[in-house]
Parts: sequence; structure tokens; C-alpha cells
Amino acid sequence: MNRRHFLTCAGLSTLSAFAHNSWLGVNAAPNSNPRRLIVIFLRGAVDGLNVVVPYSDPNYYQYRPKIAIPKPGSPDGALDLDGRFGLHPAMAPLLPLWQQGSLAFVHASGLTKDVRSHFDAQYYMETGVPGSSRRQDGWLNRLLVETNNKSPLQAISLSANVPQILTGKMPVTSIGSIRQARNHQPIDRQEVSTAFDQVYSTSGTTLFRHYRAGYISRAKLLKDLETEMNIANNGAPLPTGFAAETRSLARLMVKDDRIQVAFLQLGGWDTHINQGNSKGLLARNLGELAKGLATLKQELGDLYEHTQIVVMSEFGRTARENGGGGTDHGQGNAMWLLGGATKGGKVYGQWPGLAPEQLHQGRDLNVTTDFREPIAKILTNHLGLNTASTAKILPKFTSGIDWSPIA
Amino acid sequence: MKHYSVYSGGVAAELLISDHSHQELIPTSTIYLSMTRIIAATLLLWVAVVLPASANPKVLHAINRLSFGPTPGEIERVESIGVDNYIKEQLNPSTIPSSSILDNQLAQLSSLRLSSTELGAVYGATRKAAPTERPQLDLNTRKVADERNHAKLLRAIESPRQLEEVMTDFWYNHFNVATNKGISRIWVGNYEQTAIRPHVFGKFRDLLGATSRHPAMLYYLDNWQNTTPNPNPKAKNRGGINENYARELMELHTLGVKGGYTQKDVTSLAQIFTGWGYLPANTKKGTPFTFYFDPNRHDSSPKILLGKSITSTGTQEIEQALDMLAKNPATAKFISYKIAQRFVSDNPPAILVDRMKTRWLQTDGDIKAVMTTMLNSKEFWAPAAQSSKFKTPLEYVVSAARATGSNIEETKFLTGQLAGLGMPLYGCPTPDGYRNTREAWLNENSTIQRINFASHIASGRGLSRKPQPIDSIKLNRAIGPYLSANTKTAIAASKVGLHLTLMLGSPDFMYR
Repeated sequence: MNRRHFLTCAGLSTLSAFAHNSWLGVNAAPNSNPRRLIVIFLRGAVDGLNVVVPYSDPNYYQYRPKIAIPKPGSPDGALDLDGRFGLHPAMAPLLPLWQQGSLAFVHASGLTKDVRSHFDAQYYMETGVPGSSRRQDGWLNRLLVETNNKSPLQAISLSANVPQILTGKMPVTSIGSIRQARNHQPIDRQEVSTAFDQVYSTSGTTLFRHYRAGYISRAKLLKDLETEMNIANNGAPLPTGFAAETRSLARLMVKDDRIQVAFLQLGGWDTHINQGNSKGLLARNLGELAKGLATLKQELGDLYEHTQIVVMSEFGRTARENGGGGTDHGQGNAMWLLGGATKGGKVYGQWPGLAPEQLHQGRDLNVTTDFREPIAKILTNHLGLNTASTAKILPKFTSGIDWSPIA
Repeated sequence: MKHYSVYSGGVAAELLISDHSHQELIPTSTIYLSMTRIIAATLLLWVAVVLPASANPKVLHAINRLSFGPTPGEIERVESIGVDNYIKEQLNPSTIPSSSILDNQLAQLSSLRLSSTELGAVYGATRKAAPTERPQLDLNTRKVADERNHAKLLRAIESPRQLEEVMTDFWYNHFNVATNKGISRIWVGNYEQTAIRPHVFGKFRDLLGATSRHPAMLYYLDNWQNTTPNPNPKAKNRGGINENYARELMELHTLGVKGGYTQKDVTSLAQIFTGWGYLPANTKKGTPFTFYFDPNRHDSSPKILLGKSITSTGTQEIEQALDMLAKNPATAKFISYKIAQRFVSDNPPAILVDRMKTRWLQTDGDIKAVMTTMLNSKEFWAPAAQSSKFKTPLEYVVSAARATGSNIEETKFLTGQLAGLGMPLYGCPTPDGYRNTREAWLNENSTIQRINFASHIASGRGLSRKPQPIDSIKLNRAIGPYLSANTKTAIAASKVGLHLTLMLGSPDFMYR
């Protein structure tokens, strides 16, 4: 069936009155700002000390007899980054980005409040207003308010429900996964949508406007996905799992320049038992993630230069391994920054040290950089927002750093 | 059956067609008659949709606001007993016979009868168990959650005491406890049944007191930890003063954020509430996981709250503080506004809120009296107020299930839809509860999701174990009178097979 047909001639004369309304998206002007932002949230608190490994700190090996990543050069050792830190070997697919200068880390970053509940910590990181128990919009949604391009496809979330980070006034397209989004819904049937067009056309502007915007966003997405499926794969095997999602997402973003913001989430990081070292549970998950990010970079092509990617997690894990070969809820973690605007090849942040007296409450890596610092730099330097807009997106936040990982 | 199906729409017309497989023995004239019936079925649905018996707008409005939406036959019933009697009966739920179908369904959900002590043990067992035993024990906590959700939806859909269900949900949301925090998740159903439900039409002070003593609330807002900085050495210090409950008690439960209190009052109230908690799993002092006041952790120094000296001590001073808060005019106004927002309009008229507040102060916070004032007001009945409230996801999903008149066997699909629509049951993450305004719920995604949901329900899925055709006569009896002329014309012009979806997904049915 020809979906383009039912997009362009939705069939109702009453629609023509709305056809020039840029809100509806179909006739929206091409996006003038080429800058993109992709946020990837690792839910469950990834063990940052085994992602960006402080191999030069002897305490690290003392604390983690079973799960430490060996020093660079040893079998299954970390991949050296800067003589102090090394990358988990499962993340080898990302090493070229480090070498090309578009991958950086901000270590010992996170919430400056002492929060050990996954839920609370995620909530604070997603609202961008740590400590507030009031319902807040998500900071990504507040970003949409500031950069509004009047398209419901401006932000896309690969999650079943709209996540907290995208909750708010602005419309957001949330799909469980690109695979699920391809499943047909009743509204995709032309006879259903035509009938609802008729029923809704008389319902007054507010409801009709929302119905049409939602419908067009869904139809446009389906059309984009259909095209994406048809792109020749040059005989390359199709990626699976996370990489399949990032590949499709990248192609959507390349094709549809209204998608400015994308959000993805991955679970499985709450490694209380048997997290493994260079091999094992965490290694497998990091490998999937690294492969997905490398695919994302590759498929974004030239757009990668205009895209900023952030990988974040609600908190880090204890410096010491526990009795079960795992780690418990901690504090400081490493944020990952990838993309054209990243001043890469560097581990940023003040390293607080791992000596017992340097640890938070004697157990966790301290937080020396508020997680909002890198975000604020992305807003100003990459997305070009002014101080007033940045203050609306990150209220009650004042920057305390004189450096920036974002050009 | 054949005769009956003549009057119904798409689904029944298809049944009629399938009857033709047995037509060899039927005389030609009968076949002719059957064909006519098919045509008649189509036409008659149009007629039914386009020209429903005109219903009294007051009846339609009362059902929309006092219940989770019309069921087939409810409009006729309310017309026959009269709107005033309908309101009176709904405000006095004990006068309405319960539904034996619902009673039987609830009787099968054994975890509903567990006490807070037993539930606490279920939760504790899972936490303490060896990893190998966990999966089995997790099933127990899962069962508690599943049965609690199932019961919530069954009651909302099937209970004839509809206003009681509406108000139970309203007050739960006002005194929200979410399933995202520790042990309180196991208690939310018990909290709703024991602390909220018995008081929904009673005195606000009783409701406030019951929520204040339930372990779900005591845990959720941290008051179980709230301890004087100088506790009796015999007591376990749980980390000093914790202001969380005291703050929410004033800001959300009683006075409202503009209710005229200061940070000093928050601190004072937190001191007053020191030692107010519940007994832990291993205790010699009484029944675990029940309310307990620990004098050894209580701050007995003199305090000033809202400009008044607190004269009594111990639990008496806590009761005194709750009395003060419940009687405060700011509380009367804040909660009257919230009730009016649920029942009248997103921005309820100040004059109505004032009248409700006055009634509150006259009756010492009698909820039924305040609601009676509202339900008798011209603001409640104003034509502009009618059909002006955009349904929340819970209201929409439950109203659709009710309108079908189907036997409800399964609610898992509905539970999943509510999460997908952003309103998971018992799942509002913050203590301020879900909002009840159009602004909060109308967005692009949800409109399309609701239409997809409508299509699913119309196809006879989602409410039963196996698909069960929706009876279009019943659905039309419930929804037809609410549809505008334009909607009816648009539906009549579309394929018969889509009529049920269009009714359930119509803009008219998004509002109440």
C-alpha cells in the first residue's frame, strides 16, 4: 500500500485549513540547525571503574582482586588511553574514535547528592534538578522547548513509554524499539485513519491538532522506516541487538532532518554478583554497547560531525568488589562523550583518588564534576544556546569548571 | 438471536452472514428475508447512531462525573430513579447492593486479605532469601502486585458503588504512595483498602489520621526514620530529624504550598512527628509492620506550630498538630479546589470553591457535606462545564471497558495500556500524585495510542482470555447518547466494521 498517498491526500477538505500550519510537520520548513543530540542512558548504574580503568592507581588492584581489568600490555588488559587510564578491552571498537579525537570521558562525575536508590538517582539525572521531589519536566524536553522546530518528530525515544528525561510540554515520539515500530498499528490502516480524520475534523481545534500531529508523526516514521529497510546492505550481515537499533536510528536521522534529539536506554548494568573482568557479564554488555556506538558513528556518516552523543548512568559502583564477585551502589562514574564537537582523546575531570581516605564514605569514588557540567557545555557550545535558554533547561545550576570537553 | 441481531451493527451482521452456511433447508423467501435483514442491520445501526433516544443532559453529566463512565442501561436506570436519587445513592454506597460477580472475582484474589504484617513478611522473605530461592519468592510479591492491580481495575469497572471508587482513587492520589520505593510497594493495595477507602465520604481528619499511621506512608515519606537528635540511649538512632513527611503533610496533604507556613513550621512539625513510625520485622514490642510510636525517639521539647504553642506531649501533640492542620482554612480551600477540579472543571470557579470551603469549616471537614454542596451548585451543572473534562488515561481506559458491558475476565492488557499511556497503576513517582487536567494528558502520542486501544477493544480483545465479540447494541446504548451530531454523521458515513472503534475512539468519548 502506498503510504505516501495517504500522507499527502489525507482526504478531507477541512484539512486544507491546517495544511499550512507548520505544527503539522508535513510542510514544516527544513531544519535550519544541523546540530543533533543523542543521549544513551545505562539504567542500573554501570561500573565506571571497569569502563575507564584507573590502572595506574595501585588501590584499584587491591580493591578488586577478582574483577579488576589487568594493566595494558597484560593478557586481556585494558586498552591504554593516556598513561593513567585504560579502556575496558570489550570496548575496542571505540578505540579508533579515541585516536581520531572524537571520544572523551569525564571521570568521577555524577550527582553531587548522596543518592543510592536507582530510581531517585535516575529521576534527578533526567529532570536535571537534583534533590527536588516535585514533579519536573525532563531536561531534554525543556531543550525541545528552547529549540522548537514544531515537529512531533523533533525528538524520538527508543522506549516503550516516554521516559522522564523527555517528559514535558513538547511532543515526543516514543517507540519501544525500531523493530516494534515497524509492527502495524490500527491507525496505519488507511480506512481507519480516514474514518478518524472525519470524526476528529469536527472536534474543535485543540483535540484535532493533537490527533493530526500524532497521526502525521506516526505515518512519517513508518514511511522513513520503510525506506530505511530498502537501503541496500552491500552484502554485509545485518547487525543484531543494540547495533541493529543504532543503525536504524542513524539512518532515520540522516534521512529525516527534523529529528534533533534521540534517546536510547539500555539495562543490565546492576552487577551485584559475578560481573566478571575482561570477560563475563559486564564485558558482554560493554561489547554490545561499543559495537552499537561504532555502528551509530558509521551510519551517521557526515552527520556524525554535527552530532553529540552522551552516555550516562545514574551513579557508579563501590570501589571494592563484594563477596559475590560484583559491586554495589556507589557514587562517581564516567560520562562518555562522542561526536564531532567532542574535544576527544582526553579523560577530563579532577581525579579524586582511590586511597581509603579519598573515597566517599570510605567506599565510593567521589564526585568531582557535577553531571550537568558536560551537559551545559553541550547546550552552549554544541547546540549554540544562550545563557537564558541554558538556565531554563538546567535551572538552579551554576557551572564551576574552567574547562570544557565540548568545542 | 437472529431477530436480535437485526438491530445491531457490524459484528452481528457478520454473525448473520455466517448463519447462511446452514441455509440449504431454508425456503427462498427466508433467504430473501435474511438479506433484507443484513441491509436492515446496517441501516438500523445508522439510525441508532444518528438518532438515539434523546437523553436528559443532566443524567448524562451526572453519570460522567460521579462514575467511571456509562455502562449499557445506566442512562435508562438513572433516568428512571432521577438524578437526585442517583447522587444520593452514590454518596451513600452502603445503600447500593454490591455486585455478586465482582464479589466472587475479588474473593479469588487471596493476597487482598493479607495484613500489613503478612505482606511485610512476604517482602522480607524475598529480600533475605538465598539466590536460589528468590525466583519462587519473587512470584509471591508478583502475585501481590498482580492481584492488587486486577482488583483496582475490576472494582473501577464493575462496582455499582461508582462514586466510592472514584473517590477512593481521588484520595489515594491525594495521599499518594508509589510502588517505586522499597517495602512500601508491597503495601500500596493494603494502604488503599484500610487507610483510604473507609474514610472517602467521612471526616477529612479521620482520613488524614489513617494515612498518617499506615506503614506504607510512614516508609514512603521517611517518617519511620524521623528521630530526635538526642534520643534516649535505649533507642536506635535512625539518623536524626527527617523533614520529608512533615513538609509533604503541609504542602501536599493539608495546607497547600501557598498555605501560609514557613520553613520553621516544617522543622517544628518534623520535631513533633519524631518517633512516629512502625514496628520492624523483628520486634518484641508488638505486631511487626504495624503503627508504633516510640517515645524514646521522640523530641519532647516545647514547640511552636503555625504561631501556636503545642501544649501536649507524645502522641497527643501529634494528634493536636493533625487537628490544627485539618481545621485550617487553607486546608479547606486547597482541598475544595482539588475536589472541584476533579468534578467541575480544570479551573473551577472561585465562588464555588469558596462555598465548599465554607461548608468544610461549618462541618469540621465533612467530605460528604462538601461534595453535596458542590453537586448542588449551579457551577457543577453549568452547560459549559459539561463534557469539559478530558479523561485521564485511567478514566478513559476504564470508561471504555465499562461501555462495552462485557464480562471482564482479564485486566492485564488494561494495566499495560495504562503504563503505556503514562499512568501506571499506583505508579506516580512523586508524592504529589497524578494531575487531573487536560493539559497534563492531552498530547500527540496519547491520542493515537487511545485510538489504537479503542480498535483493540472494539475487536473484542483485551478484556477476556479469548476474544469475545463486543455487543454493538450495548455499546451504543452506553455511548450513543454522548455523541455529537457531527460525530454521529461521520460514523454513519464510515464502514460498519469501524463503528465500534470510532465510537470508543471518538473525541466525544475522550471527554467526560
